[in-house]
Amino acid sequence: MRNPTSNVIFITGLLTGFFCLHFLLGSNSIKGKRGHFIQSDHHRAAAKNQTPADQSNGTIRILCWIMTMPKYLETRTQHVRATWAKHCDRVLYMSSTSTDFPTVGLNVSEGRENLYWKTIRAFQFLQQHHMHDMDWFLKADDDTFVVVENLRHALSRFDTEKPWYLGRRFSPFIRKGYMSGGAGYVLSKEAVRRFITGFQTGKCTHFSELEDMALGKCMETMEVELGDTRDEKGRQTFHPFPLDHYVIRTPPRRRPWYMIYDFYTPIEGPGCCSDLAISFHYIPPPQMYVLEYLTHHLRAYGYRHRYHPDDKTKSNTTEHVEVQSPT
Amino acid sequence: MLSEGGSFMKGMAMGGIFCLGLSLFGSFSPATEHGPGEHHHHHVKAPSKDELTRLSDGRVLELVNQVRVSCIIMVQPKILVYWATALDTWSKHCDKAVFYTSESSKALEAVDLNEKDDWARLCKALKHAYENAGDLRWFFVAKATTFAIIENLKHLVLAKDPEQPFYLGNAMKSGELEYVAYESGIVLSYEALKRLVNVLEDEEKCPERGHALWAMSEDKQLAVCLKYTGVFAENGEDSHGKGLFNSKSVDSLITDSMRDNPTNVVEGCCSDLAVTFNEMSPNQMQVMMFGVYRLRPYGHDFHDLLVFQPPEGSDND
Repeated sequence: MRNPTSNVIFITGLLTGFFCLHFLLGSNSIKGKRGHFIQSDHHRAAAKNQTPADQSNGTIRILCWIMTMPKYLETRTQHVRATWAKHCDRVLYMSSTSTDFPTVGLNVSEGRENLYWKTIRAFQFLQQHHMHDMDWFLKADDDTFVVVENLRHALSRFDTEKPWYLGRRFSPFIRKGYMSGGAGYVLSKEAVRRFITGFQTGKCTHFSELEDMALGKCMETMEVELGDTRDEKGRQTFHPFPLDHYVIRTPPRRRPWYMIYDFYTPIEGPGCCSDLAISFHYIPPPQMYVLEYLTHHLRAYGYRHRYHPDDKTKSNTTEHVEVQSPT
Repeated sequence: MLSEGGSFMKGMAMGGIFCLGLSLFGSFSPATEHGPGEHHHHHVKAPSKDELTRLSDGRVLELVNQVRVSCIIMVQPKILVYWATALDTWSKHCDKAVFYTSESSKALEAVDLNEKDDWARLCKALKHAYENAGDLRWFFVAKATTFAIIENLKHLVLAKDPEQPFYLGNAMKSGELEYVAYESGIVLSYEALKRLVNVLEDEEKCPERGHALWAMSEDKQLAVCLKYTGVFAENGEDSHGKGLFNSKSVDSLITDSMRDNPTNVVEGCCSDLAVTFNEMSPNQMQVMMFGVYRLRPYGHDFHDLLVFQPPEGSDND
């Protein structure tokens, strides 16, 4: 015989049973296996820069010095510091005055007309303080982007005790040419010694304000050799302009204005630039980070690159690129 | 007392049975096919390195074959430069790339769908791609204004079964509807495409746009039709949860990151294995080819499980 309380109890039981089972069924469907893919726990990325391949070119010590000035520290130089500069064995920011950035004070006023004075003072500083602990000296601007690993690789075939001067070779003004300042240039230890000696003996002077050309003249006077840093396919590694000035396909045409100075005949389109490019110039801060992303982060998974400098057997005849004679 | 206890037990038993019955009944509903692959998760993550290393060599080989992609690239004469650029850049990395145009162009060849309506054109293209799928089981739909890295798409779907319904990309929400944004590319597994093609015939489930009171963009329309077949939009992410399908360009995302993560701009920006970017100019796409497929620091080896060969007859990758 049913009475009201009995009904209440019955309904309570009904609800209890319903919700208990609902809960049980619910938790099962949450666990629901997909069958075709199992997700693992959160774990650290593997796609970041891996440990370098067994090339222990850690024997090559590169000092990067950045030509900068007080007004650009916040707007430009800090982004150099945040991106590629940390790959140098040592980095020095050369400015007119010393600051906590930190910058080295060269005691030279700022201004385009003083660029060569700054360069001379900078190399004097380097010669006084870093000849013992560094092998190669790269000069770059605060709007130059450098892939230091590729510089390291390019330098590995040159002897730093020999007089070497490397970069993007320009032909005007100097008989054998000179290296573009904006694209960054590199001096071996011996080249730095000769540069300093040149100024001490008066063989080299501050005869021009055009820093890169003037330095090239001193290199010529002191019989420092200009190295060819193009890769095995004849593609450039140092670039005085951003990538889009070179790699975009164009129909055959006369040299554009920004390639007029090139010593080696420039190639336009995809064949312009080495996979192991070393530098680009006129790079504003957002592009610094974009290049950092493209170089050190973004990649195509599993892609087998076409260019493998290590695979090639170094035959010194057929693969070697012919040096173009300057016009 | 005993009778009350008995009442309770009877109640519980009936409640439980009722609950069971309801859930079983729900799962047998014809609208939502219940199968082992049915999933209502909203994101799909790329496999981590650990997961991949656990696979056997034989399995890896199977996956390489299975993961081939058919690209469906939507073009129009008015975006001729993008059309030419897609042809010369990222589309070369698809196992098969077919261009579908609204009207023919004298300059470039494509499948001329002769259709001005965006949704109708998309449907025709998808149908054509399905009918000509061959043995390809993954489909990537994009406009020529999108830039894609197909190898990274393959990595994302590497361990996924294309016989299951997958509809991936940059998943967005419009009210209750979750859809994949067209601009960042749409990925469909064979099963998803099959279900879509079958439901496209049905006017009631998947109406032509003209019948709706409002004009829904074709990517939302696609989501509606797929939803009817039990296929739901999912966000494609890397193993850290970072989105792989970007509606903006690299430059734009970096600028955003400079503002939002000034001390960690690059890491806070975009995935290392990003699949798509949008709003890039044709010239920027050419630069991307160099940046993605060539520019790299010497001496770094990623030990990826798979190897994708460079396409034949191409010089910019």
